[in-house]
Amino acid sequence: MHAFANPRRFLAIAVPLTPWCFWSGVALILVGCWAGLFIAPADYLQGDSFRIMYIHVPAAWLGMGAWVGMTIAAIVQLVWRHPLAAIAGRAVAMPGAVFTAVCLATGSIWGRPTWGIWWRWEDARLVSMLLLLFLYLGYLALARASAARAEAGGISQVTAIFALVGALNLPVIHISVTWLNSLHQGRSITFSGSKIDPSMLWQLGLTVLGFSLWFVAIVLLRMRALLAENRIEARLRRMARG
Amino acid sequence: MNHWPFIIAAYGLTFAATIATSLWAWSSARRAEKRAAELTGRE
Repeated sequence: MHAFANPRRFLAIAVPLTPWCFWSGVALILVGCWAGLFIAPADYLQGDSFRIMYIHVPAAWLGMGAWVGMTIAAIVQLVWRHPLAAIAGRAVAMPGAVFTAVCLATGSIWGRPTWGIWWRWEDARLVSMLLLLFLYLGYLALARASAARAEAGGISQVTAIFALVGALNLPVIHISVTWLNSLHQGRSITFSGSKIDPSMLWQLGLTVLGFSLWFVAIVLLRMRALLAENRIEARLRRMARG
Repeated sequence: MNHWPFIIAAYGLTFAATIATSLWAWSSARRAEKRAAELTGRE
């Protein structure tokens, strides 16, 4: 683990890995979406609108999973003081925020034909996901503001602590459909099995895996950009000193 | 109610966000790595 925290060693792995993750992810996304749209049978209750599931579920998975990644990066940064962990946390934030917004938008579009409404402020799942989006925006603003003064990857310890505090919202999102007031359906996939018919399920596996691989590629690209920006900053400082 | 306009809107939005994020991540990495390489040569 410590060996991979070396930026040079990280880049030696990240550079060849990026196109593999990206293109295999894109291929799985395209096949999964095509199969979800044209091969999966219509749902007996929801009709065709359930097909939004093949993009809504991966978006929710990435939105929440990205914050889990930022939490782990924050712990590694605060405990072991790895500069690469700080960079990883910052690299995950922007695509995580984009896919939280996509999750909210596609959920709202799905809600209109299914529930008859676009949005409901009393709904715990909807509001806790919206709170996650605001947390992402707060994290990004904080990371940007601290970039000039921070020592590691344009991220300060305050930003890492913000990521840890924000993680408290994740269990609220998770339990909101069972314990709190929500129109959102309960969990369809659990450790004990799935309530989704197999003829509709395998397409979801493809899109979740595809978007996950694509997300890894985007995070690697962002980490490469942030590492290069740090190198530029350090060289400019050295050149200014003469 | 015809569900397909909703499905098309949801997929269109997701693909637009995916393509925009990909282009932004790729171009910012390429620009930064190119500039870092140029500075290394100048030093």
